[in-house]
Parts: sequence; structure tokens; C-alpha cells
Amino acid sequence: MTVKQTPLYETHLRYGGRIVEFGGWSLPVQYTGIKNEHQAVRTKAGLFDVSHMGEVVVNGPDALGFLQRLVTNDVSKLERNQILYTPMCYKHGGTVDDLLVYKKDADHYLLVINAANIEKDWNWMQENAEEFDVNLTNISNETAQIALQGPLSETIVSKLTDVPLSELKYYWFMPEIEIAGKKVLLSRTGYTGEDGFEIYCSPNDATYLWDTIMEVGSPLGLLPAGLGCRDTLRFEVCFPLYGHELSADISPIEAGLGMFVKLDKGEFNGQETLQEQKTNGPKRRIVGFEMVDRGVARAEYPILVEGSYVGVVTTGTYAPSLDKNLGLGIIQAEYVKVGQKIDIEIRGKNVSAQVISKPFYKREGK
Amino acid sequence: MNIPKELKYSKDHEWVKVEGNVAIIGVTDFAQSQLGDVVFVELPDELSTVKVGDGFSVIESVKAVSDIYAPVSGKIVRVNQALTDGPDLINQEPYGEGWIVAIEISDSSELNDLLDSDAYAQLAAEGGH
Repeated sequence: MTVKQTPLYETHLRYGGRIVEFGGWSLPVQYTGIKNEHQAVRTKAGLFDVSHMGEVVVNGPDALGFLQRLVTNDVSKLERNQILYTPMCYKHGGTVDDLLVYKKDADHYLLVINAANIEKDWNWMQENAEEFDVNLTNISNETAQIALQGPLSETIVSKLTDVPLSELKYYWFMPEIEIAGKKVLLSRTGYTGEDGFEIYCSPNDATYLWDTIMEVGSPLGLLPAGLGCRDTLRFEVCFPLYGHELSADISPIEAGLGMFVKLDKGEFNGQETLQEQKTNGPKRRIVGFEMVDRGVARAEYPILVEGSYVGVVTTGTYAPSLDKNLGLGIIQAEYVKVGQKIDIEIRGKNVSAQVISKPFYKREGK
Repeated sequence: MNIPKELKYSKDHEWVKVEGNVAIIGVTDFAQSQLGDVVFVELPDELSTVKVGDGFSVIESVKAVSDIYAPVSGKIVRVNQALTDGPDLINQEPYGEGWIVAIEISDSSELNDLLDSDAYAQLAAEGGH
């Protein structure tokens, strides 16, 4: 497999990014340091290249019917220029991907999907589209995406546009506005638990927008931010990462995403299994835990209770905003209570931990 | 990149400072910069013995887990307990307060297999492999 570069690849080198491979893409894991960038996003702002994300346009008279079948959340509740987060499931209830649905018009939607899943999602959508009068277009290669995240995001973007941004609420978007003279789709969304925007633009404009945002933001403390802190930021607010807390083997109910599964909206993929899991309770659940003894849990380390295997770590790391070693893991439902003592097997040794409530971090006023 | 002349280096990015029959060991500036923010160090027991090439410690950064290999064989006579509460000493002072262990050398001929600063600088310049 060839490793792909985003339109901002050269820019990352110019800003001192340390490039790693992630999901088939060359992207910066950090520029100045993960803790430093993490802190900037929590207290000021950070700028991320998320151009690797995939985008699919759904057009046609059956667009809504198709999406209602495809995803678990209720797309009919969306208003124009509003956004919905939703899992997308297989018929057996496992998760194909989690995505954002942007309603541009009654017969026109934009789906934003995970980079590593673009091909798989595209095939799955094609397969499901057969009985609907819809047109799907994969515009991933023609779309760049920059995420500006942190409490100063609005202040920074406001310096580059005349449009009043305070009117743009969380999970709403402006389909076409000018930022620094470039046409973009501006979305009040993100993956960090902070206020912020995701800016969709032409690949040709990405470098100019990046440089201009950095220029006006740097004096306020804006830092370029890499994938490393993107992961620690989303982890602290317990947003799932596909391939970790969600997978073909983990349903949205098991992942604790029941509020994004609307069982009464009509027929959809995975409905039967998800209904059963919601009614009887899933046999496994994603929980949060804190290390009690010294050690860092990492993905795929076994979780034990009194010497028996009860689950596995899905994400584990040091949480910079809490200064603690925390984890998420999927474990048997009888052990999910807050305060439950568990052990994490780290390099052959059992290290004690305990279940704590999620999310680990909440932004003030939220 | 800071690569002090007076130290010896392993290909695994440890530095070795020989004081009599004791080797003080840490990781290089290059290694700490590659690791990123160190958040946890698993230290060996004092008085345990290690053979050259044994993994005797683990350093974890936010993203990465890295084994530290013994550059010489011998008995671990001192362990830098300050790393328990201050793992970031490895980032701040890789050649100073961020040292990891001191090993009483059992076979001084192993020191001949280590790199000098010029050879290590070349290894680091090539990306560390």
C-alpha cells in the first residue's frame, strides 16, 4: 500500500511536524510535543490537519430513506445546515464506522467518514444504495479539512471573516462562507471536547488557510497540533475511536452510544441486534478505568478480575489534563460498576486499576 | 542534537559513562526526542543482574512503549528512583538527572562493542537505524 500525503504535507515539514504513518496516511504525530499541544487546545487553540478524513456526497430523491436505512441515528430530525453524529452498523449490529451527517438540503447530504475506512464504507454504501434512487459521490480526494479547536477558536476565525460566528451553534454548519477570502464549509464540530471548527476547503486553498490561521492565531497562543494530542484529547472526553472502542465486533450499544441509536425511527441495518442489546443490556460494555498502581495500560492489554480474563483495553495512555494514567476497555457487563477493582496485565504482570465514570474530562460550562 | 564526546553509545540509543568498574546508563538526547514526552519509567530491581542486550527497563511516552536494553552485562548497583515521580527528567536532562541505572561491569571487553560519539552521531543522522 502506498502511503498517501495530504495537501498540507509540505506545510507540516515546514512547521517541524514529526511525520508518522496513520491509517495509510503520512501525518504529523506532533510538532512541539504532545503534552504541550494538548494543553494549547484545552486552554487556547490548536490547528489540526484532518484532510485524511473521507467525504461522501449523497444526492437524490431517496437520500433520506437511504440514510435512515444506513445509519442508526434519526436523520429525519435534521434541519438544513445541521449535523448529526451517528454510528453505521452491519446487519449483525457490529459497527462499520461512525460518521457525521451534514444536511445540505432535503435531497442532499454530506457524510464525513474515518480515513482508514473510506474504501470499506464506500463499498458498504454502494451495496446499500442499490434499492434507493440516490447518487453517491466520493469527494475525499477533492476535499481538504482543517480543524481549529480550543476556547479561542471563535476569536481566531472571526479575524478572518465578516460573518458573525457566535450565531453558529454546536453541530451546525455554514455551507459556504469566505475565510481569508477562500470559500469553505464551516462546521462547529470537533473531536477534542473543546469548542472549535472544522473547515472544509479545496486542497488548493489548504496551505494558504493554514498559514493565515497560524499567522492570526499564533500571537494568541495557537499551536499546530498533531495526531498524538488529537488522540489524548478525544480520549479524555471518551469519544470513541473506530478500531478501538468501535469495530465490526463492537456495537454502538456496547460502546455506550445508545443515545445515537434510535430504535423507533423505522427499519435500519443492525436494528434487531441493537434492539435486543438495548432491551436486555449488552453482555459487554466499554468502561473507563484509572490505574491504581504504577503503569500505563495500552490497547489490547488483558483486563482481569480476581485472576480471570474479563475483557481487553481498547485505549490506554497518560491523560495530560488529569495527570493520570487512564484507560478505556471493553469488559463483561457484570464488572462495569464504578469502583470495581480490576487488573490490567502489563508485560506479564497484573497491575491494579479501578473502574471510574466517563467522561474523564469535561470542559467548563458544559 | 547533543552527543557528548566523552560518552560511549549503543546502537539502541543508550549512552554509557564509565566510572571505574561501573557503567552509568541513560538514553540519548536523540532517543528522548524521538520518544516524545516520557510519562512512565519501569525500573529494574537493584542488585539484579543483566546480560548485554537484555531489556531491563521500559520507558513509555504518551504514544510509545520502548524497551531499554543493557549495553553491558553486570549487576545493577543503583537505580534512579527520581524517575518514578519525575519521568520527564529523561526529556529534560537525558545525560544528567535523567540517568536510569548504574551497572557494575562484569566483562569490560563488551565496552569495545560500543560506539564513540562520532559513530553514534552518524547513526542518529541516518535516522537511528
